[in-house]
Amino acid sequence: MQLLLSGLANGCIYGLLALGFVLIYKASEQLNFAQGDMMMFGAFLTITFVNNEWFGWPFLPGLLAAMVIMGTITYMMDKYLFRHIFGQPQFAMVILTIALGFVIRFVAGVIWGHEPTAINTPLAGKQVEFGGLVLGADDLSVIIVTFFLTIVLYLFFSRTKLGLAMQACSQNQLAAYYMGIPVKRVFSFVWALAGVLAAIAGVLFASKGTIDPASGLLGIKAFAAAVIGGFGSLPGALLGGLIVGIVEPFAARYLAPGFSQIAPYGIMIIVLIFAPNGLFAQMQNKKV
Amino acid sequence: MSLLEVENLSIHFGGLKAVDNVSFSVEEGEVFTIVGPNGAGKSTIFNLISRFYEATTGSIKFDGRDITKLGAEAIAPLGIARTFQNIELFDHSSVMQNLLVGRHCQRKTNFLAHAFFLPSVRREEIEHREKIEEVLEFLDLQAYREKMIAGLPYGVRKVVELARALASGPKLLLLDEPASGLSVEETQDMAFWIEDIQKDMGVSVLMVEHDMGLVSQVSDRVLAIDHGAMLAMGTTREVQSHPAVIEAYLGREED
Amino acid sequence: MRFQFKTSYNDDINIFKNRYHVFWYALLGAGLFALPFVLGDYYVAQAIFILIFAIAGVGLMMLVGHTGLVSLGHAAFLAVGAYTTINLEKLGVPFLIALPLAGIFTGLFGAFIAIPVLRLIGIYLAIATMALSIIIEDIIVMAGPITGGVQGLSVDSIKLLGDWVSSDIFTVDLYASPYKFYFLCLFVAVLVTLLTINLLRSSTGRAFHAIRDSEVSARAMGINVARYKTLSFGISCFITGLAGGLLAHYLGHINHEAFLILTSIELLMILVIGGMGSVHGAFFGAFVFGMLPLTVTVLIETFGAPLGINSATFPGLSTGIFAAILVGFILFEPYGVNGMWLKIRTYFALFPLYRKDMFKRQKTYLKTERMR
Repeated sequence: MQLLLSGLANGCIYGLLALGFVLIYKASEQLNFAQGDMMMFGAFLTITFVNNEWFGWPFLPGLLAAMVIMGTITYMMDKYLFRHIFGQPQFAMVILTIALGFVIRFVAGVIWGHEPTAINTPLAGKQVEFGGLVLGADDLSVIIVTFFLTIVLYLFFSRTKLGLAMQACSQNQLAAYYMGIPVKRVFSFVWALAGVLAAIAGVLFASKGTIDPASGLLGIKAFAAAVIGGFGSLPGALLGGLIVGIVEPFAARYLAPGFSQIAPYGIMIIVLIFAPNGLFAQMQNKKV
Repeated sequence: MSLLEVENLSIHFGGLKAVDNVSFSVEEGEVFTIVGPNGAGKSTIFNLISRFYEATTGSIKFDGRDITKLGAEAIAPLGIARTFQNIELFDHSSVMQNLLVGRHCQRKTNFLAHAFFLPSVRREEIEHREKIEEVLEFLDLQAYREKMIAGLPYGVRKVVELARALASGPKLLLLDEPASGLSVEETQDMAFWIEDIQKDMGVSVLMVEHDMGLVSQVSDRVLAIDHGAMLAMGTTREVQSHPAVIEAYLGREED
Repeated sequence: MRFQFKTSYNDDINIFKNRYHVFWYALLGAGLFALPFVLGDYYVAQAIFILIFAIAGVGLMMLVGHTGLVSLGHAAFLAVGAYTTINLEKLGVPFLIALPLAGIFTGLFGAFIAIPVLRLIGIYLAIATMALSIIIEDIIVMAGPITGGVQGLSVDSIKLLGDWVSSDIFTVDLYASPYKFYFLCLFVAVLVTLLTINLLRSSTGRAFHAIRDSEVSARAMGINVARYKTLSFGISCFITGLAGGLLAHYLGHINHEAFLILTSIELLMILVIGGMGSVHGAFFGAFVFGMLPLTVTVLIETFGAPLGINSATFPGLSTGIFAAILVGFILFEPYGVNGMWLKIRTYFALFPLYRKDMFKRQKTYLKTERMR
């Protein structure tokens, strides 16, 4: 049970990251291999604002500031970099985001160093007892925040004008353009949203332990999650993340050492071979 | 025996009968045209013959051999070459390279021989080029031999695609709307070429075309279809005056 | 200005297009031959590194540049080649036999992997190969008896003829005799390049290009797409395996850290910087990749000293710069160094008739994978 819960918490983080991939992929059919590094960067921004050795702000304003900055950075990235190669083969975008990931990692290393750093959260180290189970408050908060975010995202896509515009763009760019939706700007907003999500995922990840510039490689695991869930589906991405998160601790416990590392990718390859569009491909045409 | 025999061919996509119980045959040395309104299932028939789609029922025989279950890549070596409605050339290669791909199914050497470029490979390459030269001359493409496809105008690409199909030395040529998007003069050239392909090269042609001028000029027989089903078959004149065809194109007269 | 008149079909088929072509490549060959006699041992080692990555690059180029299949997992095949070579040598197989055997084994392994993986298209293929790279990385750690586990294996110097002829002439070592190692790598590089060019100017290479540009059309022309994709993967892995065998001996000691997913990504970056879809590109890219750390270090030692910074101040600086250069190339020069080279050459060949928009890119809007 405890395994399940900590797996669930990890899975939520993967799921949030995968959500970022899928958001961007759905809107513009671009692949963002830098999502993991964006997450790492967002976490470090929050650390800068929150931790005592830096600014030492209260937690929530610090997180908000990091989210805003992350959103702005990714918005700018789309506006000034990715728009240049719009219409070029998909492969160019893959390489570009991978390279950007390297750059982000380097910049983070220069600013914050390569030492693992922990984040000051109000919940750090606290525990909650629930029916005889001792749960880390961090694990619990991750699950709660993810649940909450999912609802917010759902409301955003179904109720707000911008959310609807994003849905329209992802379904038919040309038609959306003819309806007067500024498609390019909407893309930039999608990127901004992915950036904000990455920042939140980063903070949640850092709150469960420490973070260093190489943590961005976690993005690869989130990729596996997105693929398992089916690249076109938001709920699929979350579920894929949960599957990966849950499988990992169980594989670590019941299989030979070393297998837990590759279990998610093993599952992913099996899914790819037998259901190349992911487990939840049928949801593809339903929602954003 | 006919060159191509299509019997009771059907394909269903879900509930939609894209091609429904179509039978026809193409004789040796004949130009056979399929006409019909947009979405009638003409291109689907082509894709069934070149094995991109699985037939739900029915059979296709070429040269007396059943090809209904073959893979798409097994069709060209039998002597069936095709063009596409929306040109599918290899954009990052030259005209020459494109036509050389057309000769792919005529190769006799394998990749190990290629890796060491044995003398047999060189002989084969020269042989390919001699054959291609004939095609280039026939279609007046000499000027474009070394040009990249990406820089060519639409009309020329259309001809290059025809050339690539011819380069494979086919017995039957499938032309999917050879005149679509061409100017009047280019269409006229195309008509002459199709006639020459039939008369001088002895290649049979199965064609889908909308331009009735071209159809009546080159076709020996015409098949009209609508909603996947056969309406009429015969000479161009017979088909054009057939009441069911007129109804499909112009709609039923209100009584 | 110079015109090329073709007077026979052989002009179209030969590797060298004319006498100038022959002249320049002869000059290049002479330069490469003279290199170890001119440069110091340190630079020769650098040149060896560049050659090894160029070989791997040529291998990956076959797949990515010519067949249009993106692999983010080629470090895995580098590893297979490396460990196969070392283990064969440990069994007493002489290097000159072990290396080609390792290449062939890697090729077959790659072709075997390719059969399920190549059913995937586009991004899914890239992701699956990436996962493969990670899985192999872990398998290296787990397969202790073959790979030495986490500690890895230390690699002896190369005995070209093994224990059959234990003369010093046939012993190649990076430190004792770097020039021999250099010529070995140069030989493999030239061989691999010739094989690649031969394939590309025959129907196999044309089939690869056809698959890259239009799969539907390729099938209609009678190309067995699945078989040729597998073949391309196999050949690509064969060449990469050779590079892996050389790399093992270059590094002297190998463990899983030599074959991280990052290595796979770097290999791909080499191709993009060098220029996609050309054999030159692999060499240009490997040159940039190999020379950059050295250049950065020299620059920092020269200009950074007064400011009190040295190369240890910013760990990973050259990787960061490499990635930044890559971003610049993708945005402004998608055909890489090779593209720049072609432009410069055309400028001089056509002088003074060169026009700026001569190489203007055509936008190719991707055909969507989604059903609408």
